[in-house]
Amino acid sequence: MPVLRSALLLLLTFALLPTSAQAARVGDVLETSVLDQAIRFFTFRDPSVRYALIGAVLIGVSTGLLGSFIVVRRMAMAGDALSHAVLPGVALGFLWNMSKDPVAIFVGATLAGLLGTAFVSWITSTTRIKEDAALGMVLAGFFSVGLCLMSMIQGLPTGNKSGINSFIFGQAAAIGPADLKLMGIVTVGALLGVTLFYRQLLVSSFDPGFARASGLPVRWVHHGLMLFLAFAVVIALQAVGVVLVSALLIIPAATAYLLTDRMHRMLAIAVAAGVIAGMVGSFVSFLAPALPTGPFIVLASAGLFTAAFLFSPRQGLLLRWWHQRSRNARVACENSLKAIYHVAESHGFKGEGALLRELAERRRSTLEEELARIRSLVATGWATLSDDGAVVYPTPAGWQRASEIVRNHRLWELYLTNAAQISPDHVHEDAEKIEHVLGEEIVRELERRLQFATVDPHGRSIPALGDIRGTAPSRAESTPGFRRSGP
Amino acid sequence: MNELVPAFDFQRVFITPWSSDFQGNIWVVLMGFFAITACGLVGQYLVLRRMALVGDAISHSVLPGIVVAFLLLKSRSSGAMFLGALFAAVLTTVLIEFIQKKSRVKQDAAIGIVFTSLFAVGVIMVSLFTSQIDLDLDCVLHGEIINVPLELPFVQMGGIVLGPASVVRMAVVSVITAGLVLVFYRQLLVSSFDPGLAGSLGVNASVVHYALMGWLSVVVVSCFDSVGAILVVAMLILPATTASMVTDRLPWALSSVPLQALLSAFGGFHLATWLNCAIAPAMVVAACGLFALAWVFGPVDGQLAKRRRRRANAAPDPMLSGVAGNS
Repeated sequence: MPVLRSALLLLLTFALLPTSAQAARVGDVLETSVLDQAIRFFTFRDPSVRYALIGAVLIGVSTGLLGSFIVVRRMAMAGDALSHAVLPGVALGFLWNMSKDPVAIFVGATLAGLLGTAFVSWITSTTRIKEDAALGMVLAGFFSVGLCLMSMIQGLPTGNKSGINSFIFGQAAAIGPADLKLMGIVTVGALLGVTLFYRQLLVSSFDPGFARASGLPVRWVHHGLMLFLAFAVVIALQAVGVVLVSALLIIPAATAYLLTDRMHRMLAIAVAAGVIAGMVGSFVSFLAPALPTGPFIVLASAGLFTAAFLFSPRQGLLLRWWHQRSRNARVACENSLKAIYHVAESHGFKGEGALLRELAERRRSTLEEELARIRSLVATGWATLSDDGAVVYPTPAGWQRASEIVRNHRLWELYLTNAAQISPDHVHEDAEKIEHVLGEEIVRELERRLQFATVDPHGRSIPALGDIRGTAPSRAESTPGFRRSGP
Repeated sequence: MNELVPAFDFQRVFITPWSSDFQGNIWVVLMGFFAITACGLVGQYLVLRRMALVGDAISHSVLPGIVVAFLLLKSRSSGAMFLGALFAAVLTTVLIEFIQKKSRVKQDAAIGIVFTSLFAVGVIMVSLFTSQIDLDLDCVLHGEIINVPLELPFVQMGGIVLGPASVVRMAVVSVITAGLVLVFYRQLLVSSFDPGLAGSLGVNASVVHYALMGWLSVVVVSCFDSVGAILVVAMLILPATTASMVTDRLPWALSSVPLQALLSAFGGFHLATWLNCAIAPAMVVAACGLFALAWVFGPVDGQLAKRRRRRANAAPDPMLSGVAGNS
């Protein structure tokens, strides 16, 4: 958040610098090269660039803040309905004095959006129509009323009709100083509102039952949120357009939702994602004034979402896939070690190493499959392979791990049989899974509860701690209740 | 304001369109009628299955599919459009489910992310390639139903002139839709109301689900260029919700759809003639008007009927019950 605030300040200082005399309107610079335009854009010399950029930042802040609450309250589609429902208000605001008067459009659009929201709750509370259908009806109904009004305005003989179409798909370059003033007021209002009522918003979003029980006016919190949401939607119209403004509420917030577990961080990340998307949109709008801005803003935020979806540290698809793969590889190696232990056990622990042929027989696999498994085991340093590839020797660390796995397996079988009264022939499957994830603490606890039993339900001996560690503390000195403090 | 809303002139609004340019106007109204019928029939099941917003998503996201099909196959043939739209619809449902399953983003947000992104791609492509695909942003928004009669030459079959290509296509699609609803009535009914029972009766609910999505995309794409993406949503949902105010029975609700379509198409056409506005949105406004009427006067879920019932329940009128007993 501090980073954001300083970025905002920086942009504001740029806006307040005296305008250079030869600054041209965006449309006049079409003939120059892309590089020239990029330089022009990033030096913020043109007032319209500054307006568009500051607008993008303000829009990103307000939609990111309010969108986060929409996403965690699972009201994403309510945001969509609200943003479509503002269209008739935009048209009526335009009609007020037949020009793009920001205040008139703001008032009209906000009223229309709130009316749409009220209609949704009115329909769902008085009829058996479900919320999804009510949202869809209001969305499309209000939108078509708006379209009718727009086409009527287009057909009027008089008046300056230019610019009204930019409200549908967005045109960031058309943002003017009057728009900015409104955006600033709304953004500051949203920041204040969220800061002041953060606790109330948080509680009523995540646990409405508790919020009601502790006397919070949940209904009023909801109404207040919807009011600010309407404000945020309306100020974003000029840049993003009616059709796609809901994306700016949903996508940056969903991106942030993937990246963090804390609400205040989610707010900050959503704001940042919204600001970045808005800046991309205003840059495109500067390069190609004929193209609508809204879709580019949406695509930029969709790109951020995709990146978070794939690479998020905890939720990311690729990282989770990677973790799963390495876990599977570890389990496979541990199973190989276990097979080596079993082979050694069948020979009464005489001699060193295990014959690959015997391993393959035990695991009912071909020699080639077994060789491949053992090679990946050798790669981890838990075993070495003889030069002719017929015998595999576990290293000390490998043998320790093998003993641990077998011990975990047999202890768990015994525990299930003794404590959970499961018959011995049903416990193997469960132990196969748990043996890889039992930690030392739990193993100690199991040993204590089983009174350091040495034989599993199938009559085989459980590798004791001394066998595993190599340093042999005698059984007698560990009494139940005594906890070893480290190895 | 006065110049915005022209004075109501019965002659101009109701007589002139039919006396001067009957040929031109009847195709517009028929197009609206068939579009609302087909959408309304499919929409019944969407609303029953609480999938209204999935319909919303698909009606938006067919746009990039159509544009890509135009660009790749260089043709405006129905086949290419259907193929593109079908692909886009499947992509939408798959992406929504993928995001939902593979991350903790919930369904509503997943829908919102997928369809806005795909629609954005479509809008960018339309504005970049406007010259090559004879689609423009107005068409995406509210369709060009006014251009329907201008599609010359009319489709002919066995020497009989049938009508403009898009109207004929829409008529075929709505007749097939009605046929499918009749033939698979039982499967659709059971899988919509009780998926568990459907399984035990040998109806594969997920096959029904994907078939419905696929057919939805066909319906959406066939009325897309005359009605526009966003208004399709209204035509999907409104007939079903209006019917639910009036009746409890699905057969009645389904058979009310053509009647609603007729009223909305004619009402919208005359509204547009009166106000000089776009026709397709006016048809939706007319359908909203029908809903408002049903909301107030509907015998099953209408507000007046409910109030009457509540009053009757609260204070049983001795006079009335006496009358009822005597008769």
